[in-house]
Amino acid sequence: MNRIRLAAAAITFGLAGPACPSTALADTIRVGVTISTTGPAASLGVPQRNTIALLPTQIAGQTVEYTVLDDGADSTRAVANMRKLIEEGKADIILGTSTTPASLAMITVAAEAKVPMVSMSASAAIIAPMDAARRWVFKVPQNDSLMADAIATHMAAAGVKTVAFIGFNDAYGDGWSKEFTRAASDNKISIVASERFARPDTSVTGQVLKMIAAKPDAVLIAGSGTPAALPQKTLHERGYTGKYYQTHGVANNDFLRVGGKDVEGTVLPAGPILVAAQLPDSNPIKAKALDYTAKYEATNGVGSVATFGGHAYDAAILFAAAVPDALKSGKPGSPEFRAGLRDAMEAQKNLVMTHGIATMTAENHNGFDERARVMVTIQNGAWKLLP
Amino acid sequence: MDSTILAILLQDGVVNGAIYALLALSLVLVFAVTRVIYVAQGEFVAYGALTYAALDGGHLPGSVALLGVLGLAGCAAGLWQARGRLDRPAVLRLLGETIVLPAVIAVAAIILAPMKPGVLVEVLLTLAIVTPMSPLLYRIAFQPLADAPVLVLLIAAVALHLTLTGLGLVFFGPEGFRAPAFSDITITAGPLMIPGQALWIGGLTFALMTALFAFFERSLTGKALRATAVNRLGARLVGIPTERAGLIAFALAGFIGALSGVLIVPLTTVYYDSGFMIGLRGFTAAIIGGLGSYPGAVLAALLVGVAESFSSFWASAFKEVIVFTAIIPVLLWRSLRHGPAEEEE
Repeated sequence: MNRIRLAAAAITFGLAGPACPSTALADTIRVGVTISTTGPAASLGVPQRNTIALLPTQIAGQTVEYTVLDDGADSTRAVANMRKLIEEGKADIILGTSTTPASLAMITVAAEAKVPMVSMSASAAIIAPMDAARRWVFKVPQNDSLMADAIATHMAAAGVKTVAFIGFNDAYGDGWSKEFTRAASDNKISIVASERFARPDTSVTGQVLKMIAAKPDAVLIAGSGTPAALPQKTLHERGYTGKYYQTHGVANNDFLRVGGKDVEGTVLPAGPILVAAQLPDSNPIKAKALDYTAKYEATNGVGSVATFGGHAYDAAILFAAAVPDALKSGKPGSPEFRAGLRDAMEAQKNLVMTHGIATMTAENHNGFDERARVMVTIQNGAWKLLP
Repeated sequence: MDSTILAILLQDGVVNGAIYALLALSLVLVFAVTRVIYVAQGEFVAYGALTYAALDGGHLPGSVALLGVLGLAGCAAGLWQARGRLDRPAVLRLLGETIVLPAVIAVAAIILAPMKPGVLVEVLLTLAIVTPMSPLLYRIAFQPLADAPVLVLLIAAVALHLTLTGLGLVFFGPEGFRAPAFSDITITAGPLMIPGQALWIGGLTFALMTALFAFFERSLTGKALRATAVNRLGARLVGIPTERAGLIAFALAGFIGALSGVLIVPLTTVYYDSGFMIGLRGFTAAIIGGLGSYPGAVLAALLVGVAESFSSFWASAFKEVIVFTAIIPVLLWRSLRHGPAEEEE
């Protein structure tokens, strides 16, 4: 049982308070969180869990209680957690989970229980096509299509005509293969090789030889975290001299550490939080992202912040922004309050988060536009914002 | 495909195959001596890799704490199993193996880790930290079950694998690590470009196999292990302590696992749960080799490595499928040829 009662102190205060204890408790907003703090997505889930610990325990004068459960990136456990959080924990909203397959499985539960949920995983399939069940589902990370378009546009502008693709042999790589194929054909770029590799592979020599034989102008590597450095290192070793593109899945400092000088000059799209300090002051995301970074690093150490944790923070921003309006619909714990939360989240306009600025509509429960991504390159072992 | 690509793929396959061969060897060894199918072997690869990467970065690896915890648990398990027939030498020996040895290694690690003592010391320290875990786990998990059927031992091994994966997350964290190669030398031979790490892997694998061969052929302990493998009861009748044999087999498996981890961490990013997939390839090789023959396992491992390398060129999306499906025709062929295997005893 990985149960963290962050608001324990707040509840105790509420119980000991002068007012009638039962009403104080009834007004507590209960937030259920299920994330993957173990299993293959642990590198996403751990910074997300650390972020939940930073969230405010008071919103609009109401006490907020967070209950965090781990689902190990397993769809069955994610659904079980969600039912438990709703039925036993009386959750008003569910934040999570970290991975796409598990988030997809949770959609039906959200609709059934009429509890809104905010997913922290990337795939557009979680919120599109909009239907009766997905009405209850929101998603804070950028759609892959937004990132794929950014890469294809950048490639076209740089004069790239042919691209070799190599991606993870899982949902991440497949999703990117699909999105990038579409974005590439929009920009008249042809894909001359499409290869796959697995996260624990010790060698990608076979794939790389095939890619080099196709003589592409650029390569796109669709992997997350440090394993995405392996194809690039092997390409270097085999003397490939074209352009390198990566996806936002590698946007953490471990990738720089592992990639070393072999990843210099790589271009990738990322959430603005990655280069928050380099953003112009006029960009409202800058203040938000720096504020989150400072808070996170104060408890977890300098340089520990990861963009994935930002998604959890964004989910909380969306939730917090909806609370005041939702309180007008009903008391926390009531079905009216939950429906109110959903309506209020859908009504958010120009909401500034750490990864972008969201304008929700009934059709679009992500709401991000081009402001939610920047093009970044790696220079002298650090992320550098491209104009 | 031209001859250059062929040569490069072959070279790549042989290097990976060498690692699988080491793992297959230790699986065969442990199975022969203790009848345990050591599913948790892969975890030692991950532990070795992550410990080496941490030492290389000048940090104290989390596995030191894990070793201490396992030592205490091993001591408790040893005392419990020997209750009623404890005497001073036995207790002293147990304390030495489960408390003093881990403590000495831990102190060495705490002193040496921040000094970044160089590749050789780091490798030796990694092996010293990770290897003793394996016999400790044998004490805790398998010694009480020594006479149980193979299936029970397999289930215990699977449970051990799941536990060790979880402990890996606790002690190493969710991020993957990669370490620099032992040397940056690259030898160019025609179209072939042989990185130094590949030479290290090939050389150490060969050296280790030779050492194992000498150990089993020449030394008394090695012969005792072989005798235990052939017939446990008979071995016990002629005075071979079969429990000791189990401990030694597990120690060898732990050592080989940790060494494989150290060898691959410069090649790829290793996560706390990466070991299983690597161990599984070693297991495939051991099965193809018949789970009883050392040369068979080595040949099969090289075959698995080369098959993997070629399938990654032709059909990278199906690489895993191709490698693991290869086991089916082999099993069919074996069962048609030998008939169904019977449980001994």
